[in-house]
Amino acid sequence: MISDLFSMTVLIGILASGIRLATPYLYAAIGETFGQRSGVLNLGVEGQMLLGAFAAFYISLTTGSLWLGVLAAMIVGAVMGLAMAYVTVNLHAQQGISGIGFYLFGLGMSDLLFQKLLGTVETVRGFPRLSVPGLSDIPGLGEIFFSHNLLVYLAYLLVPAAWFILNKTTLGLKIRSVGENPDAADSLGVSVARIRYFTIILGGTLSGIAGASLSIALLNVFQQNMTSGLGFIAVALVYFGAWRPWGVLGGALLFSMINSLQLWIQVLGIPVPSDIAVMMPYILTILVLVASVSRVRAPSALTRPFEREA
Amino acid sequence: MAVKKAPRSDWTSRLIDALMPVFATLAALAVGAVMLFFLGANPLQAYRALWDGAFGSSNAFAETLVKATPLLLVALGICISFRGDVINIGGEGQMIVGAIAATWVGLTFTDWPGWVIIPLAMLIGFLGGAVWGGIPGFLKAYFNVNEILSTVMMNAIAVQLMNFLLRGPMIDPSQAELASKIPQTARLIEAFRLMRWAPTRLHVGILIAVILAILVYILLFRTTLGYRIRAVGQNPHASRYAGINVKRYIVLSLLLSGAFAGLAGAIQVYGVNYRMITDGSASGFTGSAGFNGIVAALFGQLHPIWSIPASILFGALLVGANSMQRIVQVPSALVIALNGLVVVFVVSSEFWRRRRQRRRLAAIREKEGESPPQAVEVKA
Amino acid sequence: MKKLVRLSGLFLLLALLVSACGAPAPAPAEPPEGEAFRVAVVMPSAINDLAFSQSMYDALVRVQGEMGGPDAFEIVYSENMFVVDDAAAAIRDYATQGFDLVIAHGSQYGSSLQEIAPDFPETSFAWGTTVDTFGLPNVFAYEAASQEGGFVNGVLAATLSESNILGVVGPIETGDAKLSVDGFKAGAEATKPDIQVNVNYIGSFSDVALASEAATTHISAGADVLTGTAQMVVGAIGQAEEANVLWFGTQSNQASLAPSIVVASQVYHWEVVLRDMIAKIQAGTLGGEAFVINLANGGEVIEFNPESTVAAEAQTLAQETIQGIIDGSIQIPLP
Repeated sequence: MISDLFSMTVLIGILASGIRLATPYLYAAIGETFGQRSGVLNLGVEGQMLLGAFAAFYISLTTGSLWLGVLAAMIVGAVMGLAMAYVTVNLHAQQGISGIGFYLFGLGMSDLLFQKLLGTVETVRGFPRLSVPGLSDIPGLGEIFFSHNLLVYLAYLLVPAAWFILNKTTLGLKIRSVGENPDAADSLGVSVARIRYFTIILGGTLSGIAGASLSIALLNVFQQNMTSGLGFIAVALVYFGAWRPWGVLGGALLFSMINSLQLWIQVLGIPVPSDIAVMMPYILTILVLVASVSRVRAPSALTRPFEREA
Repeated sequence: MAVKKAPRSDWTSRLIDALMPVFATLAALAVGAVMLFFLGANPLQAYRALWDGAFGSSNAFAETLVKATPLLLVALGICISFRGDVINIGGEGQMIVGAIAATWVGLTFTDWPGWVIIPLAMLIGFLGGAVWGGIPGFLKAYFNVNEILSTVMMNAIAVQLMNFLLRGPMIDPSQAELASKIPQTARLIEAFRLMRWAPTRLHVGILIAVILAILVYILLFRTTLGYRIRAVGQNPHASRYAGINVKRYIVLSLLLSGAFAGLAGAIQVYGVNYRMITDGSASGFTGSAGFNGIVAALFGQLHPIWSIPASILFGALLVGANSMQRIVQVPSALVIALNGLVVVFVVSSEFWRRRRQRRRLAAIREKEGESPPQAVEVKA
Repeated sequence: MKKLVRLSGLFLLLALLVSACGAPAPAPAEPPEGEAFRVAVVMPSAINDLAFSQSMYDALVRVQGEMGGPDAFEIVYSENMFVVDDAAAAIRDYATQGFDLVIAHGSQYGSSLQEIAPDFPETSFAWGTTVDTFGLPNVFAYEAASQEGGFVNGVLAATLSESNILGVVGPIETGDAKLSVDGFKAGAEATKPDIQVNVNYIGSFSDVALASEAATTHISAGADVLTGTAQMVVGAIGQAEEANVLWFGTQSNQASLAPSIVVASQVYHWEVVLRDMIAKIQAGTLGGEAFVINLANGGEVIEFNPESTVAAEAQTLAQETIQGIIDGSIQIPLP
């Protein structure tokens, strides 16, 4: 039975499902990376995702347009981000705690809207699998890389884009300097507040899309609390990736693939108690990080509100 | 921390500061009133139910205190770790592990007297939480593993560990024989249960928590250990030059933080449920106290003593909201959203409190013509 | 000026809230002629979860219809009471308010009930799913013989399967979920001894994404008929639909989610036990008895999806199996 684990089917299954499962983590964690790079910790990702998931689902269901759904998720996420930005930048509120507040608000509000506007679990015809002519037919590789829907591909395109913005543009330089040394950035004429508003709203928008990727692309349903802790894992993955988009990608893939591996372990009937199997991705993520002994420092101003010296 | 004597006319101003979280809560409830109105509920009736549910009778107030007990204990741990600049969001997992360890004591040594087992179980619960908090602390100090990541992961691991134990090795023997196999442990014998003020569910846990709040205050502000934890939190580099072993204090602050959460878990078992039951999630057992305790600590401005009223306020809100759901029959989702609003409003109200504080200091400076004591910014 | 606006806003707010606290208490909804039967139910998830909680809520609404509407039969509920502690407070509160029947719809509420029930000897309590009334005279217990419906589903699934591999998506390995999964396995194995039933417990009642990926895993492993239990399986049904493999539902009728692939659902009709309980309470017996819904008493019904193309051929086989379970000629072996 254990040897079954090394068969081609299982390997392909794990890789393909890892790539799919990583999608919502990628959107949310890349968004969070921008925020943290500019010095803002947002623990409210899960709430933004839930509201985004609901907005996307509801708008797609009522208008029949998936792209309007994605747009709605982005708007809802951005509005949540805007509120978070006002509270943390203008009011200097403690970031971790306001994030928890926004999480609770999103959790409750999305469920409330769901109950009032839909009332029961329904399905929507979500983004279809997009097959790439020629490539999708390659045995094995086709299923792993070219059997997904559009939002999955976009998530992976987001990674190099985020890397480019953060490392190769003036905007990225400003973001990083605001996160490392806001006083210096400020004295050089960079508006700390404006940069932070930008990154938090961007983070909210991406979290909204993360929700949409669940409700209208991967699962095509909405249910209360459907993210089930996924947003918190996304925040953790930012730390795993040491605030680098490629690192976040690695963490998201690792976590998702181990999760998929544990599903296979159960399916193949390998005698491990189900709860122990479910633990695996969490334990291994910590262990990998321990083994890699990263020496990367967090952005120095992370969680510190900025106040110009009087 | 020398407190500068405030001018006499100042105390009303200070009172307003202290009540700021209350004002913010009221403002959040006002927004909630609009939501209630749109849901077709009468906001006045709803808030009346909330108030009555939390303070309306001796039983209601007892329930509020029962809810506040684990919040306060977790909050005490948070006061320590956040002041040490370590963000512990692993309270849920630490509560679970503390509770498992304490329950094991109570179910194993059944022929021992209660006065031995109860303190022993509390101690073991405390240690269990310390281990679960200490691991992320150790990983942070020596392997640079960020504590937010590790505590989030450790929460998930603790839940599965609980499910595994309660389904298998620790399952109630009477359930093991039934087909339904409810995942719960056996009940603690009566001698091992914390004293209650019948007929309410209020148990001595609240007293333990309040006494510990005082002890944590002393620890943080009157001992070298506490001073060092805070010093490391405020400026690790300066502390290192001052000869403090920074790594050790990072481990210690997470370890202590976890320990208090573990004790909260043990007290939930020995004071409220008398057994562990799982519905498969963490909050089924903890009631999300591991998260809400963070909120309570910050309501109390990371001060152990202020955390007492803050925990009671937050506990009242949770208990009252449930009662509001029952009486007005609003969806529980509204209650959750409302809690979120309260948290956001309260944490934002800090802004005005700080601004008032600054203005007051400026006024003192003007009056006395000397430089004021530096305003101590609460950093987390 | 700005300050004035802010201040007056604050006062307005305070005034509003003070008046809120001072408002007269809502008159408790007294029954009009003192004749209405009042039921309160505490549930672990939402009343529209298409699973465990909804099955009870729907049953109560049906009983309400039979008994003459809200004036004769009052229902109040507390949903999403997954915190055992909060549920205990709710149960006690309902008992204090003098409801005729307080239902604790979750096996995790048992130990709270055991403590509360003796304090309210005039109130009748019910809890499930279990058989244990704690020997208390005012506690009813109820459970679903979900292995029976699971067995029928298993027989049908095995017959319809061409690959001889079936997949099951479960939450955590306990209680009602485990019972129906075990029944499903037994049914499948009784039909085709060489069949392979792969079971996946995802460790959560809410992780829709993981449930969906579990379904994909089953499909990759060759399963062509799937089933699953608890509220997070809505994610798995979508995957089954996309891959066009058949689905069997449990707890509530799930055909609406994927009309093309759902063959049948095992549906709980708790009204069967509710009617009995209410009759007993009205006759003066407040508890002490354990009820079960099963295929024989009509509390468990296999509801076929009229849109399914294979449902028709399966129906006869299902009838035979159901008959066999009812008359005892089929015994369900459980591990």
